[in-house]
This record gives sequence, structure tokens and C-alpha cells, in this order.
Amino acid sequence: MAPAASRLPAQPAGRIAALADFPPGSLVRVTGTAAEAPAPVVRRLEDLGFTAGSQVEVVRRAPLRDPTIYRVRDYDVCLRRAQAAYLLAREFDE
Amino acid sequence: MSDHCGAPGDRGAGGVGVATPRIALAGSPNAGKTSIFNALTGLRAKTGNYPGVTVSRFVGTSRINGRQYVIEDLPGTYSLAPISPDEQVMVDVLDGRLDGETPPDAVLVVVDATTLRRSLRFAAEVIGRGLPTAVVVTFTDELTARQGALDVEAFGQALGVPVVVVIGRGGQGADRLRELVDDWRSWAAPALAPPTDRAELDAWAESVLTFAGYRPPGRHRMTQRVDAVLLHPVAGTIVFLAVMVLFFQVVFRLAAPLQGYVESFFGWLSALVTAHVHNPWLGGLLGDALIGGVGGVVVFVPQIMLLFLLIAVLEGIGYMSRAAFLMDRVMARAGLEGRAFVSLLSSFACAIPGIMATRTLPSARDRLATMMAAPLITCSARLPVYVLLIGLLVDPSARVGPLGLQGLVMFGMYLLGAVSAMLAAWAFKKIGGRKGTAMPFYMEMPPYRIPTLRSVLIAMGESARSFLRKCSTIITVTTVVLWLLLNLPLHSAADLRAHGVDPGDDRAVSAYVTDHSYAAALGRGVAPVFAPLGFDWRINIGVLSAQSARETFVATLGQVAAAEDAEHPAQALRTMTYPDGPDAGQRVFTAPTIAALLVYFAFALQCMATVGILRRETGGWKWPLVAFGYLTTLAWVMAFLAHTVTAALTGGG
Repeated sequence: MAPAASRLPAQPAGRIAALADFPPGSLVRVTGTAAEAPAPVVRRLEDLGFTAGSQVEVVRRAPLRDPTIYRVRDYDVCLRRAQAAYLLAREFDE
Repeated sequence: MSDHCGAPGDRGAGGVGVATPRIALAGSPNAGKTSIFNALTGLRAKTGNYPGVTVSRFVGTSRINGRQYVIEDLPGTYSLAPISPDEQVMVDVLDGRLDGETPPDAVLVVVDATTLRRSLRFAAEVIGRGLPTAVVVTFTDELTARQGALDVEAFGQALGVPVVVVIGRGGQGADRLRELVDDWRSWAAPALAPPTDRAELDAWAESVLTFAGYRPPGRHRMTQRVDAVLLHPVAGTIVFLAVMVLFFQVVFRLAAPLQGYVESFFGWLSALVTAHVHNPWLGGLLGDALIGGVGGVVVFVPQIMLLFLLIAVLEGIGYMSRAAFLMDRVMARAGLEGRAFVSLLSSFACAIPGIMATRTLPSARDRLATMMAAPLITCSARLPVYVLLIGLLVDPSARVGPLGLQGLVMFGMYLLGAVSAMLAAWAFKKIGGRKGTAMPFYMEMPPYRIPTLRSVLIAMGESARSFLRKCSTIITVTTVVLWLLLNLPLHSAADLRAHGVDPGDDRAVSAYVTDHSYAAALGRGVAPVFAPLGFDWRINIGVLSAQSARETFVATLGQVAAAEDAEHPAQALRTMTYPDGPDAGQRVFTAPTIAALLVYFAFALQCMATVGILRRETGGWKWPLVAFGYLTTLAWVMAFLAHTVTAALTGGG
């Protein structure tokens, strides 16, 4: 348990983490949603463009750290940490 | 006609007529739906409510080639899976599930060309509903400017439904859109419908866009650069505060000369009445009550227009969503979210649109907390009262650095309202307890755009019109009733002489009549309640009459002052003294009394329209009564505090 946890830094390269944990400037690909995410929230996040496979750029955090602007499907949308935590993403490798 | 639910088309909305085709406009917020609606209907939108629910409905009519169409602007949404009452209505209308309503005959989906990779999912869902559908593509000019591309013809072929491009700026394509609407019966259902399985939507959208040669737009460079400053932790906060301060300075400085013109116009009207109406009763009613009363409020219209203009400009540029983004964390402190900020922001114009805007809040508890807080936000009706009182309290030439002190005090009043509203929301959220799933918060950050003059003027005009409508009814009635209360009962010349008043001395007569009027009796009756705040009976009349609508206070004091000195009402107010009682001879409008009045108006729920909308929105009398009770109590306590503190500071009472 302990070694596995220590191998999970805040923004693991190529590793899956919550979208909320990626710092501004990250370019990630959505891989899915967290198991505990409520269905209506998942549906809305999908309709906003955060579907599995979509590319997301973490643009900037608000001065008070929350919410964060994400760029997905050619537009900017801000999400609070609580919702961005429901989205799983992997750092984009190109 | 049969008793069954009619077929589509045989019941028009809003009683516009039988068999008038009804076309619904659907699309996400920021897609340009409103400008499409305006392009189709002109400015003849009728607002009402959907039956059984409290979501406002925008319906207009369009006459194309001699045929009439009903155009219905549905609430903007990103999804057909509703999570708020607004979105529920939108879906129910499309499905014809709304009580007593048939589905629209056809649907126009408005999509922003720069966000097609997102909005195509929404379009697909609407097309999948099976109603005749056409797609309106907006912002293609912006797409091209940002090196994107779209073959509109191929796009239409791939979608299988008619597609038309309309550019809001300059209205290009509006004629083609009107022709298309006129031809709605031929909108074929697509040969190959979009997939109903949501998992396949992305692949479908991708194939449509590839076929249409879609090249997504590049980043909006200007927006990126401006955001780097406006959303910067330090610079962004400074700019935000500067924008707010500047906002109120502009509203004050620029409005002053315009107000002067309005003032002289009503002065001229009043003089005209005095010169031509010889019956003193009719002359008084017309000149003092109607012209004086209504004029006393209309004089603030330039200022309120300026306020609405600035809000419309900031909204049009895209700064409002940035402000909401910066403020979201602050709102979270009160247990609210960014959408509540937008509602509270609307409340700066008027609590009524603010309370109606809470419908976008998915959580019922958030909604209630925001509704209880909204009346505390400084609405435009408080503006005339604040202007009058601050004018009495602060010397116009007083300055703190480069800023006028009057503007700063006004800014302080706005701040007081905002902070109290946040605290109230927090308290009501606490009382409501903590249960239920948190609904998602999301907000689109549109690129910065220079709004068209037309759209800004429309937004400003709408707001100004609703303010004036309120003036014309509630305020006219209150001022007339008040004038009657101030001038009744009638006193005969003998009666006057018996009390030592010379019937020939107009000023003495009018002072005597006012002092012995029904209004005076009423004002003196409630004196024990307001005496600790330093209010005399004349202020009490003003406060009581302002109970229906705050702006009436200005008109009332105007009438009372005019009774004392018709030539110089402002001067009369400043020098007004207590005629009797322990403070006889002392000035009524001392600093502590004015401070108490300002604070009283900041807190009290003196707006019957707000009480009415609260009843309608919450479906009962409980919450409006709660709001009224807590705000009035709070107003008295805070005014008492303000009176005491100011008295201690200035050493007078």
C-alpha cells in the first residue's frame, strides 16, 4: 500500500489521476469518470464536452485557487475542484 | 375542435391565433440565440410564464411573406438531460409534455461555429427528437478570423437538415433565415438520423465535421492576452475592484448634467400647471402630486439608464463571466455558487429579475438562500433614495484623493448591501441544513467580444422600460394617495383663522394643512417606533409610503418639502426643523438621522413587487413573510446602530 501511494505524485506522467489534480498548463486526455460520481453530474460533464477520449487543457486557476478554467472542444469552461475531481485523465503524450 | 390534445399547430402560444406555426429556438447559452430571436421578431417580444411553472417565456411573432409565425425562445442549455427548472421546461416544451401545450411545429437549433465540436452533440439530440429541425450557425465570421473553416453546404448535407448561416453583427443571413422559416413544412427529417446511443455521438459528430471540412478555430489570441491580466491573481483582483469603483464613479459623474435637464423639464411642466390651472386643488394634485412625484423619480432615469448601460456593456464584452469566475470562491464561502453570483448581480438592477434568475440554480436550498439574500443587494430603486440622502449628508465638493466622497459613500452602500446579502445567504444556507447531492458548477468563459451597439441598447432599453413601468403604476398611485393624505381633511377659512392662520398667507396655510393632515396623524402614530432612529413624523410618512416601493420616498419628501417651501424643496429639506416636541427648532436631517435612514433603506424590504415575486416563486406566503419579517427587524436594529455610532462620532444627535 505504502509504496504504491508514494509512487502516485500529484501529476503523474502518463498515469491516470483526477482532472482536478493536474496543474495549469497540463494537457490531458479524459479517460473516464470516478466510480463515485453521481450520474446526473457525469451526464452534464459529458454534455459540456468532457467525454472519454476528449483532450483537455488546464488553462488557469482563479486567484482564490478555485474554480479552474479548462479548455475542451475549442472553448473555455470553468469547473470547481469538486466536479473536476470526478473526471479521470491521463497526461497527453505526443 | 376535439377535446383531445390538439395536433401540432392548432394551438398557438399566447393566444396569437389558431394554426399559427410555432417555431422554437433552442441552443446553449452564448450561442447567439437572443440576437437570432431579435432578428426574427424585431423587438416585439412578449414575456410571460410557462403554465404551471415559473420559468419565464419569451415569445414573439414574425411576419414573413405575409404569413405569421410564433417564435419561442427556449431557455439556453447545454443538454437535454435537465438538472434545473429552466432546463426541465426546455425539454418539456420540445416533448409537448407541458400542461396545455402542444410541442412546437418546428425547431431552430442555434449553434456557435467556433464551438461546433461541443454544440453538435446538443444539436444531434434535438434533431433526434423528431420534430422538423433546421440549424442556424452563428459566429462564422469569428471562426474565419481565427483560421477555422466550415463548408456550410456539406455540413447541411451531413446533418441531413437545412442549415443557414446568420452573423449577428450586421445581421447577415437574416433574410435567408426568414425564408427558411417560411419554408418550415419542407424541413425533411434526416435520412440518416444521429445515433441515439450516446456512446456513438462523438464518432458521429467527428464524421459530420470531417465531411464538412471543419477546421476548429485557433485560440482567440486577444482573449488569452486579456485573460492573462484580468484573471491574474494580483492584477485581476485589482482590475476587478477598479472596475467596480469606476463603475459607480461613472454612474454618478456622467449622470449629473443629464439629471439637471430632466429636473428643469419637470420644473417647467410644473410652472405650466401653476400658470394655467387655477383651481388650487386640481393644480396641487397635478403640479405637486403627479408632476412633482413622478418627476422626482424620473429624474433618476438617466442615472439608472447609465447603470444598465454599463451592465449591458460589461455583459456583452464578456467581463461578467470573468467577474463571476473571480468571485466564485467568495460565493462558495456563503455556500452559494457562481450562478448565484449572476442572480445577485442582476439584483443590482432590481431584485425581481435577480429572484427570477435563481431558477437556474438546481439546488432548492441554494435557490431559497439566494432569494432571501437578493433583496439586500442595492437595487436601482434604492439609488434615488441614496442619491438624495448622500446629497444631504456629504458636500458634493468633498474629495478623498482624486475620488469624490459622494461616490465613495455610494460605493460603501453598495458594498454594505453585497456583504449583508452574502451573510444572509450563508445564514439561510446554515438553517437549511446540509443534505442532498451538490449539483455541478460550470460556467462557459466566452471569448471577449465587442458588443454591437444594437444589442447593448436593446438590453439597456428593456431594463429601463421595466423600471419606468414600475414608476408609472405603483409610484403614481402612491404619490396621489399620499398627496390626498397630506392635504386632507379640508380646512375652512374660518377654521384656519380660529387657529391663528391667515387664510391669505399660502405658505402658512400649507404648513398648517400638512401639520394637521391624516398623513401627519399616521406619521405621529408610528413615531414611538422610529423615534430611536431619529426620524420625525415627516420622515415616517416617507418611510411608510416607501413600503410599497422605495423610490416613493424621494417623491414623498419632495411633497413634504414643497409644502414647506415650494420654491426650494432641496433647501427646505436641508433646513427642515422639528416644529414641536422636545427637539423643537432643531434640524431634522442631522448626520445621525441620515445615516440611520441610509442603513434602514439598505436593509428593509420596502418593495411590494419583491414580496409578490417571492410568493410566486416559492409557492406560498411563508417565505415572503419570513423575508419581510427578518429584513424589517434587521433594518430597524442596524439603523439604530448607525444612528448611535454616527451620533457618537459627530458628537450630535
